[in-house]
Amino acid sequence: MKKEGKNSDELRPLVIKAGVIPNANGSAMVSMGKTTVYAAVYGPRKLHPKHLQMYDKAYLYCRYTMVPFSTKERARPGPSRRSTEISKVITDALKPAVFVNEFPKATIDIFIDVVQADSGTRCAAINAASVALADAGIPMKDLVCAVSAGKIDGKYWLDLTGEQEETTDCDLPVAVMPKSKKITLIQMDGSLPEKDVKEIIKLAVDGCEKIYKAQKKALEERWIGAIREDK
Amino acid sequence: MDRRHKGGQIECGVMNLKSNYIFNLASKNQRTDGREFSDFRKIEIEENPIENSDGSARVRMGKTEVLVGVKLDVGEPFPDSKDEGILIVSAELSPLASAEFEEGPPREESIELARIVDRGIRESGAIDVKKLCVKEGEKVWMVNIDIHIINHDGNLIDAAALASIIALWNAKFPKYIEKEDRTEYGTKTDKELPMKYKPVAVTVYKTGKDFFLDPNIDEEEASTIRLTVISRDDDDICALQKGGTEPLTMEDVEKIFSLAVKKAAELRKLV
Amino acid sequence: MEEKAQTLLKKEREFVIPGEEIVKSMEYLPGRSCFREGESIVAKRIGVVSVENRVISVIPLNGVYAPSVGDMVIGEVVDIQGNSGWVVNIDSPNEAFLPLAGVREFVSQRADLSKIYSIGDTIYAKIHAMSGSSIYLSMHDVMARKFRDGMVIKMNPMKVPRLIGKQGSMINAIKEKTDARISVGQNGLIWVDRNFDLIKEVVGIIEKECFTEGLTDKVAKFLGEKTKAKTEEKEEKKEE
Repeated sequence: MKKEGKNSDELRPLVIKAGVIPNANGSAMVSMGKTTVYAAVYGPRKLHPKHLQMYDKAYLYCRYTMVPFSTKERARPGPSRRSTEISKVITDALKPAVFVNEFPKATIDIFIDVVQADSGTRCAAINAASVALADAGIPMKDLVCAVSAGKIDGKYWLDLTGEQEETTDCDLPVAVMPKSKKITLIQMDGSLPEKDVKEIIKLAVDGCEKIYKAQKKALEERWIGAIREDK
Repeated sequence: MDRRHKGGQIECGVMNLKSNYIFNLASKNQRTDGREFSDFRKIEIEENPIENSDGSARVRMGKTEVLVGVKLDVGEPFPDSKDEGILIVSAELSPLASAEFEEGPPREESIELARIVDRGIRESGAIDVKKLCVKEGEKVWMVNIDIHIINHDGNLIDAAALASIIALWNAKFPKYIEKEDRTEYGTKTDKELPMKYKPVAVTVYKTGKDFFLDPNIDEEEASTIRLTVISRDDDDICALQKGGTEPLTMEDVEKIFSLAVKKAAELRKLV
Repeated sequence: MEEKAQTLLKKEREFVIPGEEIVKSMEYLPGRSCFREGESIVAKRIGVVSVENRVISVIPLNGVYAPSVGDMVIGEVVDIQGNSGWVVNIDSPNEAFLPLAGVREFVSQRADLSKIYSIGDTIYAKIHAMSGSSIYLSMHDVMARKFRDGMVIKMNPMKVPRLIGKQGSMINAIKEKTDARISVGQNGLIWVDRNFDLIKEVVGIIEKECFTEGLTDKVAKFLGEKTKAKTEEKEEKKEE
């Protein structure tokens, strides 16, 4: 069964652009289906207040927020328990990839605003943040890619839509560092036997390959220009 | 205007030098980017970029970028206007958009921005609020306008006001099931929001003795006064807001009015 | 030599992003913006590959300014510390400090430091020394001074070498064609005393096309045309 004209192991239409916010050191916009997020990186820069400074590395700070008109029912502005948790989870997903030890006492601030939500916002957020960090010229071991997967009507599905999120047996967002395939985020809502869970994780990790390609293309277009045919 | 760091200057602003340069250029009738004093930067508009929103607009003025979303819902009217819809305007100066914007509860700048835009829409009668009545005294439509800044390169007021009015004129009601008193969020009917006018904000900035429009961030910082003039289709002025630390003469005000209303008519064509 | 060339996964000047493997060989050493992972040398930042003998580097395309002793930088005085000196923002993760010993004037014990440099002043200084995260400036260099007028352009600090060009070829061409005094800060801040919008446009071109061959000539030509147009405009206005 196809949803939105795509197969169960395909990503929703994916759009990634780098360098979309001129004021930021690095930035990106990511759309996965109807989910659209912006990420801006400011830093490394001086960290205030002083007592948070770490003598041997940079503080990696991430704020994930949903703009009030991003959801079908208007979301109240300001942080919520959910957005606080997601901010933390995203920070933890990105940290293993960033060489924070090169900037003692500094902070790297990542701001992620969801302007349209249709499920998978934390994955889109990680994809955008990762491009924004690279765009800012921040040293990283690798990019980080993320996508969610689930199981609907006995079939494993990649990159769930908002509609699918309501009927899926489980919602499993996964983030990986693509070169090493090391996983930096796993969360799960639902209840499934272990075999299923492993298969779903595998589907998500494989799904990240296309995301990586789009991330690289976005950075290349931004810094080198449109990829020429003769290259 | 002082945008100086509260607890953490991040960028090297060199504001004094820049302000002097801009001031000196202005006295020679020039701007740093070669524009005329009354020229706006390139304006780009996108209608309804956000599907989940009942109406939305993206406006770019030069590098300034603003996203506005309109959300409609049914609620109780205010006791003193039982048959009128309710307008609520909010703004967020997202830290995404500038090193100057910090996280946290809305600061005075974002509250002022929201209230100026609100004033323009409300006082001009742009929305026919009587037509937003569902059941007098019990149920009316509430119009929530949320302004979200994506990149700050000056003149947020005009960009936000323009995006707001465009979003309103592009907004459609979601389905409302009266029997169940339930709004089906995210759905769209064919019914448009009952609009009457297109109020447009033009903020005139002053540095030295010269007035200019649509400043970039450096010009905005170099200016000492601003006067926002919101006018509607019949050129009536429906809202004013002065900002900045220097005073204006009556002569200044008259010059500003004619400059602003004329420009507003031009911008209105974009709505 | 051929064996080595075969093991390179990325060519010279090829664009790479963090995490991309450039070579899998213990015969190479990781240079700038690269790191070794197992047998591979991997890119740390977005940039272009550069191979010099056995050292593999990535020339970064973006990043904050990393201060280096000897660099001339443009900064803004943001604070005065009692009697010991000035705190200067040089647009880097750490602020710099200009101690009393770093100024040319004789400063007495009870001097009011703001009379020499006050908060908000823009200065052109040299990085004299660094220790841990502390950066010490000096105004002793003959080029060092406080700017009293002019305008500052902010550019990508990674592209400053391209703005200067080989032995100053690019910056001299710009100075000549625009008749402007220009002071280049290695931290990506550029001071000019006139023709701000024109020079800003040129800086934008250099940033965008930093890998184009013959860029200096292209820029010189561009400036030639623009300044010609300007003088023609001026002459038209005179005639009116």
